[in-house]
Amino acid sequence: MGAITVNRLGKAYRRYPDRRSRLLEWVMPWRGPRHEATWVVRDVTFRLQPGEAIGIIGGNGAGKSTLLKLIAGTTQPTSGSVSVTGRVAALLELGMGFHPDFTGRQNVVMAGQLLGFTAGEMAALLPDIERFAEIGTYIDQPVRILSSGMQVRLAFAVATAVRPDILIVDEALSVGDAYFQHKSFDRIRQFREAGTSLLIVSHDKTAIQSVCDRALLLEKGELIKDGSPEEVADFYNALIAERGHWSVEQSRASDGRTRTTSGTRAATVECIEILDAHSRRVEVVDVGQPVVLRIVVRVHAALPRLVLGYMVKDRLGQPMFGTNTHLRERPLVDVAAGSAYEYRFEFPANFGPGSYSVTTSLSSTETHLGDNFEWRDLALLFSVANLSRSHFVGCNWLEPVIHVAALDRTAAASGPAPDDSRASATLEEPTAR
Amino acid sequence: MSLVLDSHLDALYRFRGFIAGSVRREFASRYRNSLLGAAWLVLQPLSTIAVFTLVFSQVMKARLGQSENPFAYSIHLCAGMLTWALFAEIVGRGMNVFIDHANLLKKLNFPRICLPAIVVINACLGFAIVFALFTLFLLATGNFPGWRFVLVVPPLIVEVLFAIGLGMILGVLNVFFRDVGQFFSIALQFWFWLTPIVYTLDTLPEAVARVVAWNPMTPLVASYQRVLLRTGEPAWTAVAVVGVLAAGLCAVGLRLFQRRSAEMVDEL
Repeated sequence: MGAITVNRLGKAYRRYPDRRSRLLEWVMPWRGPRHEATWVVRDVTFRLQPGEAIGIIGGNGAGKSTLLKLIAGTTQPTSGSVSVTGRVAALLELGMGFHPDFTGRQNVVMAGQLLGFTAGEMAALLPDIERFAEIGTYIDQPVRILSSGMQVRLAFAVATAVRPDILIVDEALSVGDAYFQHKSFDRIRQFREAGTSLLIVSHDKTAIQSVCDRALLLEKGELIKDGSPEEVADFYNALIAERGHWSVEQSRASDGRTRTTSGTRAATVECIEILDAHSRRVEVVDVGQPVVLRIVVRVHAALPRLVLGYMVKDRLGQPMFGTNTHLRERPLVDVAAGSAYEYRFEFPANFGPGSYSVTTSLSSTETHLGDNFEWRDLALLFSVANLSRSHFVGCNWLEPVIHVAALDRTAAASGPAPDDSRASATLEEPTAR
Repeated sequence: MSLVLDSHLDALYRFRGFIAGSVRREFASRYRNSLLGAAWLVLQPLSTIAVFTLVFSQVMKARLGQSENPFAYSIHLCAGMLTWALFAEIVGRGMNVFIDHANLLKKLNFPRICLPAIVVINACLGFAIVFALFTLFLLATGNFPGWRFVLVVPPLIVEVLFAIGLGMILGVLNVFFRDVGQFFSIALQFWFWLTPIVYTLDTLPEAVARVVAWNPMTPLVASYQRVLLRTGEPAWTAVAVVGVLAAGLCAVGLRLFQRRSAEMVDEL
């Protein structure tokens, strides 16, 4: 079974001030080092238990890919140690070191041999790999003419042709299209069920939450958080928000979209969060989970009438649902300057899996066009992950109750009757022509 | 040291499938998009030899000593030229092997020693084909030296070892100092002309001949020429000295490779 033990692992790249310094260091080692060490991974310790799945998150340049390379063995550590038991399949960056001039098929065989398979075994695996990658006749073309998505398909198909004890996947999968991402995650889940340990880097929080048991957060090469995926993801979000506090607040949301805030500021949203049933603040909610949208409003000037509205939008900004306290007949009247109000909107999170934002508006009527106290786009970001429901598509969770009733005798038979299938076959014939 | 060598040999054995596959693929791909295919492998050295034979033996009327054999100069030339090509290929490609495969080295974890091994096997295979044709030519013209033909094997082994050691050292150094590659592609040209391949050692002025005698390739090439022209034995002592030198270079190369292979990936 596959386990990884990483002990105080560190990696530093040598940086020489100029080209000659390295030569001088080589020929005159007694004169001391002339390079500066740039630490990209520092003092990282963790253990991946057999069968466990760990997701690694962190911003660009946090050292995630280097950590995976150290574990996969393509790069040697500067300090500390990595010990791995079991067969590892690693999918680092794009491709698998494919040779651009060889055909997809030749590269597949070559990569397979580098993974330790014989040519005979690869010949037996090839049909499966071809079927999984689904790149058609491109498999016999030189890899240089394949699209990056096709290369990833091929690379993933090779790396996972035989279930490894440990599967290491860098962000590579995000290059594939949605169809292939889904397909590859299905395979990863199957492997997980069969006992494969998983180490994955992804920026897709929902992917990590749905596949991993644990998450690690890297920041500037150091492991700063090790815990449940939810906990770590929330911590990471908070970190991002905090980091950009001064600049982000006015212009940028944590996912990089521009946030616009407008209005007279006679009343402002002071706090906005989503709470679960235990009043714990959450960033990722399960489909259908009962949640509370808690908004605290501070009033800065005496107002005759105050209406709070909110709207939940999907990743593309399409409104999913919106309402306000005017429409719900709960406006506040004659509010005093300096007062604060807590609003709690309770609803089940009947959204499809994905990333959502909440927009808030404070005004005197149902539209913010009259007295616009504050309009705040992207006031809150949250994700919905499908953790407990059966798979479904769409932006809504509209759970059906299914009734099936037999209408005639032939359909009532337990299996499709041979007569029936022949009948439908003959029916289709004329249309086919 | 022997432990290091053992682990490398073990790795080579375990990845023999990859090595064999790579050799085959490289061979195939080099000539796949050409109409004449593998014929180019032969045409390349053949044309060089034809040009040199024409220029030196016909136009400049160069003759080999007292020999009456009309093919003597061609044999002298081929014996040096073909073996030099083997040496130059191993050194030249070994020099760039890690740089050329940067993509692979960065993404997969496999014994890096496989890469120079592929280069060496590929070069030896190409050499074997061309040299076999040359042997047929010897047989056809009645110049085959009989059982003494096998005497070219020991110097050839020394030559390949020498090339491997040198190629490996240059290959590792070239990753860190790209000047090495540039310098040696020039140096190889000079080296070629400082080896008695086109000319013979005795045509040189005393002073130059003494310099050329220090060239490790000189006794090797001279050995092939003597055996194939049936003018004598290989220069055993000198070949042995070069053999020691080659073993030394291989040891240094292996040690350098061992010490720097981790750092190499960071540099690529």
